[in-house]
Amino acid sequence: MNLAYRDIRHNLLRFVLTNFGLSLLLGIVIMITGVYGGLIDDALRQARAAGADLWVVEAGTNGPFAESSRIPGDTREIVSRVYGIERAGSVTYQSVQTEINGRPLRMYLVGFEPGRPGGPRRLVAGREILRSHYELIADRSTGLALGQDVALGTRGHTFTVVGLMQNEVTSSGDPVGYITLRDAQQLQFELAPPASRREKARGSQSEGNDQINAVIAKVSPSVPADEAAAALSRWKHLTALTQDQQETLLSKYVIERARKQQGLIMVLLVIVSAVIIALIIYTLTMDKVRSIATLKFVGAPDRTIVGMIVQQALSMGVFGYFTGLALVLVFRPYFPRRLVLDVESVSVVFLITIVVCLLASTLGIRLALKVDPAEALASSG
Amino acid sequence: MDAPGKQPVVRVEHLSKTFGQGTARVDALIDIDMEVYPGQVVGLMGPSGSGKTTLLHCIACILEPSSGRVTLDGDIVYDQRWLKADLRRLRLDKIGFIFQYPNLLPFLDGSDNVAVAMHLAGMRAGPARARAIELLNYLEVGHRKHALPRQLSGGEAQRVAIARALANKPRIILADEPTAPLDSARARIVMDLLRRIAVEQSAAIIVVTHDEMILDRFDHIFHLRDGRLESDVPAPAAALASPA
Repeated sequence: MNLAYRDIRHNLLRFVLTNFGLSLLLGIVIMITGVYGGLIDDALRQARAAGADLWVVEAGTNGPFAESSRIPGDTREIVSRVYGIERAGSVTYQSVQTEINGRPLRMYLVGFEPGRPGGPRRLVAGREILRSHYELIADRSTGLALGQDVALGTRGHTFTVVGLMQNEVTSSGDPVGYITLRDAQQLQFELAPPASRREKARGSQSEGNDQINAVIAKVSPSVPADEAAAALSRWKHLTALTQDQQETLLSKYVIERARKQQGLIMVLLVIVSAVIIALIIYTLTMDKVRSIATLKFVGAPDRTIVGMIVQQALSMGVFGYFTGLALVLVFRPYFPRRLVLDVESVSVVFLITIVVCLLASTLGIRLALKVDPAEALASSG
Repeated sequence: MDAPGKQPVVRVEHLSKTFGQGTARVDALIDIDMEVYPGQVVGLMGPSGSGKTTLLHCIACILEPSSGRVTLDGDIVYDQRWLKADLRRLRLDKIGFIFQYPNLLPFLDGSDNVAVAMHLAGMRAGPARARAIELLNYLEVGHRKHALPRQLSGGEAQRVAIARALANKPRIILADEPTAPLDSARARIVMDLLRRIAVEQSAAIIVVTHDEMILDRFDHIFHLRDGRLESDVPAPAAALASPA
């Protein structure tokens, strides 16, 4: 005879309502876990999208994501000639903001050389960039459609969307777009007409636009990446970072504060959940004091009483967890940022929930064990 | 009150119980001696605060006496450094308790409220349920086996509680004001039932009561006053039915 189950069945509505509230709380814990996972995944995805073995950036910088890096456009030629480098491509990175149908659209634009490393990883619709100017591949989260025109830059050049990607966003959640390197350099350095006229009036020499933020290099499988990086670093104006170093920079430093903040929120939510679960179990136990006293009087061992409370606590945790998970999965598409819920993190949250329930039930267990069997008599008048 | 040739099921010897110390010391029970034999229904009477419930708690192994000895069905309780778990087991196996109010578990139906005592004693679900239904039929509430406590009348609930007390075939049944919530007719029915159980199951039954209407249902009556046994007298029922 399972007393915990019988009690739950007897108070089913109260159990369901209490657990629904708990599931909302656990849903938020799961959601924050997803946001946390998304933050890290987005950051790494940004670096992994390039498919690089080495990142060649300005000397003494941790560019191009952690710090700004600016190197001459012909650096790619130098990098390509180094022993062990198979392929190389120049890239630029910049944030832009424009308006689409009266709504602001922020985008993180990557300038790349078509046919060389640094381009979009996988398209879910449309095609690669084939023309040298004014074609754009954008992430779906921009809301842009294939064939749609977008005005970018100070001179309002019109770009046509030719390809769409999925889940390509930066660590801050901005969708990523790809254009040709030439277009990107033009957007980055070209002055607005009035500013350009003023510069000319001042007699200033127009500066060359052939600057890039990094060179992405693919290393031959027969050559260790570290060796190639060391060879590249012999140039005083360049620094070469391996892909692992770049990922460490992104996950440990670029998103460190956001990561810590979300981690802290998650810990706080777990603590709040523990307190709430403990209070619920304590209240449920309080309601059963007379029944517990009667059971003890009849001769129920402590393990029967403890078992009843622990089983109810675990039922609450399991019910709340899975309902919370279901709610998060249902509403996931409506979150402004990507939620990444991998099996590992979801399992960890489940284990934490179980541990929290067990710990929280100790308060109820303490109360139950303190109940004097004689209360069965006292309560009877 | 000796029953020749029989060993008492409950024997209380020089039992005392004090609460507190110094000026706050209260002597709840002072040097109590009593014996209850199989088949006997005895009454424990006295004014409020006389120590009836304390004595019942000591016999029920809920409260440890300050001094003296309690022997239940041959087992000397507390004298042998009994563990809490041992006392609980003794209570489960040898003592049935009927409360003033039924104290049924609200989340179990009639038959499960009876079966739970057998379940706690280790009996498997099937036989426990079968015996529960048998007991409910014996107490004429078999038709209410699926009813939850809140759906039972006062008399029905009390009979379910009696069935629970009888579940593990106890040698000792302790009842604390079992007729208090019942009208006089139902009170007599319950007392007759207890008398029948005492005789049929050879059990010793101790009933704490204030109800003078049921005095004729006792074999023996113990009067307590200020923690002392004031009188120890045979009751009219003793003349009607001698201990089996």
